[in-house]
Amino acid sequence: MNRRFLYVLPLVVFAVIAAYFAVGLTKDPSAIPSVLIDTPVPEFALAPIKGRDRGLSREDLKGEVSLVNIFGSWCFACRVEHPLLMQLKKENAVPIHGIDWRETDRDAGPKWLAKFGDPYTLIGDDPESRAVIAFGVTGAPETFVVDKNGVIRYKQVGPITGRIWEETLRPLIEELRRQ
Amino acid sequence: MKALFLGLVLCLAAVSAGAVNPDEMLDDPALEARAREISKGLRCLVCQNQSIDDSDAGLARDLRVLVRERLVAGDSDGQVIDYVVSRYGDFVLMRPPFKATTYVLWLGPALIGGLGVLAVMAFYRRRRAAGARRGTAPPPLTEDEKRRLETLLDDRSR
Repeated sequence: MNRRFLYVLPLVVFAVIAAYFAVGLTKDPSAIPSVLIDTPVPEFALAPIKGRDRGLSREDLKGEVSLVNIFGSWCFACRVEHPLLMQLKKENAVPIHGIDWRETDRDAGPKWLAKFGDPYTLIGDDPESRAVIAFGVTGAPETFVVDKNGVIRYKQVGPITGRIWEETLRPLIEELRRQ
Repeated sequence: MKALFLGLVLCLAAVSAGAVNPDEMLDDPALEARAREISKGLRCLVCQNQSIDDSDAGLARDLRVLVRERLVAGDSDGQVIDYVVSRYGDFVLMRPPFKATTYVLWLGPALIGGLGVLAVMAFYRRRRAAGARRGTAPPPLTEDEKRRLETLLDDRSR
């Protein structure tokens, strides 16, 4: 075998490992790709939270492009995201439906919304993760973009930031509206 | 026999209770044992390196309850697992399935091991070939060489 090749071999091995790390370390291991993209919203029907008389079910997600946002009064990152949702509500940007996840106290969700504002069109109460598991949710907040046929088109893991809204969600919603 | 089996199940349950709360458990020990077995193969999506059987996370608890409800409703083990996989993808399985996207994962180590064995074999074969070349008898001495050898030997013996 060519001797000179042996001398560069460590460099080649290093380059390959470095390339793997360069790609691998920029990925977020907690962001699990959803298998539900481009599939219809799963069958679910949730009771309303205290103080509202309509819950949220699969049928409510048809007819119009909408967001389904998983939140909880216990979820700190949801508070980070909350002002943006309020802003979207004020601008009438898109209907946002909420799934109030794993509240141990029936008053906790409504109190939280009374305190920070309520951006949601419809809210379902999901104390036992029924809908959340059906949606393949791994944590809060998560937000699904649902098209007018009730098909899930996108999943945002973690809080929506202003940048994610402007660069990803808003263009997607506009495109889905045109379809 | 039945009592012995029940005792065994109870013993096992006692040592490996994990994160399963008593209020989640099913009354039917056979069904509960199946639920435990399924739970051990399903990943907790919150903690990722634990199974839902080990995890104290809220979502893991709700998944354990769901697994039990489906078993009670008459689902087979496969149907329960398929449902959870249909929601979360193969990632939720502690043991990745063997299919086109995971061939590299499953076959990679064997392949690299095989290449190593081949390399070692090639190394020894080459060494043996080199040894054999060295071992072949040298060409017989010429008349001239024989004479020189004899004079040398004669000198020594003197």
